[in-house]
Amino acid sequence: MNFFHRHRGLTPYLLLAPGIAWLAVFFVVPLGYLAYQSLQSGNIDFGYAFTWSWGNYWHAIRDYRAQFVRSLEYAGIATALALVISYPVAYWIAFRGGRWKNLLLLFIVAPFFVTYLIRTLAWETILSDNGFVVNTLQSLHLLGSDGRLLATSTAVVTGITYNFLPFMALPLYVSLEQIDHSLIEAAEDLYASKVHAFLRVTLPLSLPGVVAGTLLTFIPAAGDFINAQLLGSPENHMIGNVIQSKFLELTDYPAAASMSFILMAAILVAVFAYARAIGTEQLTGTAV
Amino acid sequence: MSSIAVPVRRQRSALAKTLAFVRYHVLTVYSLLFFAYLLLPIAIVVVFSFNHPTGKFNYIWQGFTWNNWLNWDGVPGIRSAIILSLEIALIASLVATALGTLIALALVRYGFRGRATTNMLIFLPLSTPEIVLGASLLTLFLNVTWLPFGFWTILIAHIMFCISFAVVTVKARLVGFDRHLEEAAMDLGANEWVTFRKVTMPLIAPAILAALLLCFAISIDDFVVTYFNSGSRVTFPLFVWGAARIGAPPQVNVIGTAIFVIAVAGMLGSMLLQMRRGKGAT
Repeated sequence: MNFFHRHRGLTPYLLLAPGIAWLAVFFVVPLGYLAYQSLQSGNIDFGYAFTWSWGNYWHAIRDYRAQFVRSLEYAGIATALALVISYPVAYWIAFRGGRWKNLLLLFIVAPFFVTYLIRTLAWETILSDNGFVVNTLQSLHLLGSDGRLLATSTAVVTGITYNFLPFMALPLYVSLEQIDHSLIEAAEDLYASKVHAFLRVTLPLSLPGVVAGTLLTFIPAAGDFINAQLLGSPENHMIGNVIQSKFLELTDYPAAASMSFILMAAILVAVFAYARAIGTEQLTGTAV
Repeated sequence: MSSIAVPVRRQRSALAKTLAFVRYHVLTVYSLLFFAYLLLPIAIVVVFSFNHPTGKFNYIWQGFTWNNWLNWDGVPGIRSAIILSLEIALIASLVATALGTLIALALVRYGFRGRATTNMLIFLPLSTPEIVLGASLLTLFLNVTWLPFGFWTILIAHIMFCISFAVVTVKARLVGFDRHLEEAAMDLGANEWVTFRKVTMPLIAPAILAALLLCFAISIDDFVVTYFNSGSRVTFPLFVWGAARIGAPPQVNVIGTAIFVIAVAGMLGSMLLQMRRGKGAT
């Protein structure tokens, strides 16, 4: 009768076509260009030529090892902190939130409604040399009288932890919310203490949320350069800062492109190591 | 025997009760502290939008003023930056939601070859660091010389990273969708298009609206990808970045506060709407 009826098998492809084409042209193809660029040599004035210049990769690792390591370190610490900080709250909302759950979730995502850069600048204000936090720490002698928080690794990790916290808290909440309360009651009926019931029932059942939250926090954190730029000093610069300046200030495209790939590879390795430690089933369970 | 056991048990349960009471409230107190920590920077942003800074640094509280709000566009460049951000966010969220909804429909409704690949292609941009997304698009546009960096490159980038979010949002609602309603419409003689317009569309409208809002919020907040692909155009986040290097003026806080208030009002509004709907259904 009409086109759709005669070609039913075609319908899904017609629905997919425009969006998938967009992603193919503006996501997949650019990754190809990035790979191509990463193996070029030359400079902006005389032009770049493709020369299978694998040296870009070795030079990147040789010259910027510290920044790579620091990125993974900062992202790792921030992710662990975010997990420890937000787990009790996700638990509290899931089990005690009652009819306020949605409102409390709104509080959790509230930081996202303030422009990323502006909330990072707010941390700059909070941690500034004459600010309340520094003064308090100084009066408690936890910080020397000329000690500061800005331009330290503490400030950068604080900023990263804060900025990606909702990415950790939300998946934790979702997995805790789905837990069937009768399972915990059953454990308690069978004489498990509250602590035991938590460790043996609640915690394992919330693992998918832990995995999802960890990945959602770690991946963007490892590539971040805004916190290091605004809250840190050059000594706290992460690999994102190097990639950014090589691309946009120094126009050393091949070096920057090879670093982007190394960053992606490093993240993949970290994610797989994590997946092995915690069990691949959990990972695929959440990825699908 | 039992007369001895009973008081012991009672005592223990009293102890357990106090412990449980303390534990219960420890968690509540901790959660309140957590929310204070979460909202502290937001409070700083709002408070400092009313600050009256003497120097160029808006770090230290000097005194209250309405001036920053009255002269919200009193800094050169801020007005055009906001307008550009709104334009990009509006177009990008509309296009990305349209493309994403179609993909979600295909993924939920049809079995077809290449499904797993499609799912992968949707998932990958979400799990790629923004800096890699921005950098790879930059290398593409460097090679496409007929398309100069500016409005169009920003728009293309924003649509790209919004599509996956739109797909995920719409898909989540479509999964619980009762297909019998559509079949009923078809049985009653409606063709596919009429069924889509009269039955499917109204039912998935809330999901589409949610996707639109999410894409708009992500687009208007984006810094990294835009920074790589903007050429000489300046969106609001780029304006903040530039301003931060020489000391951000309080107007930045004004706009930040305004965006926050509008976004929260929108979220609260849609929440109330859902609650009312939920009540009507039961």
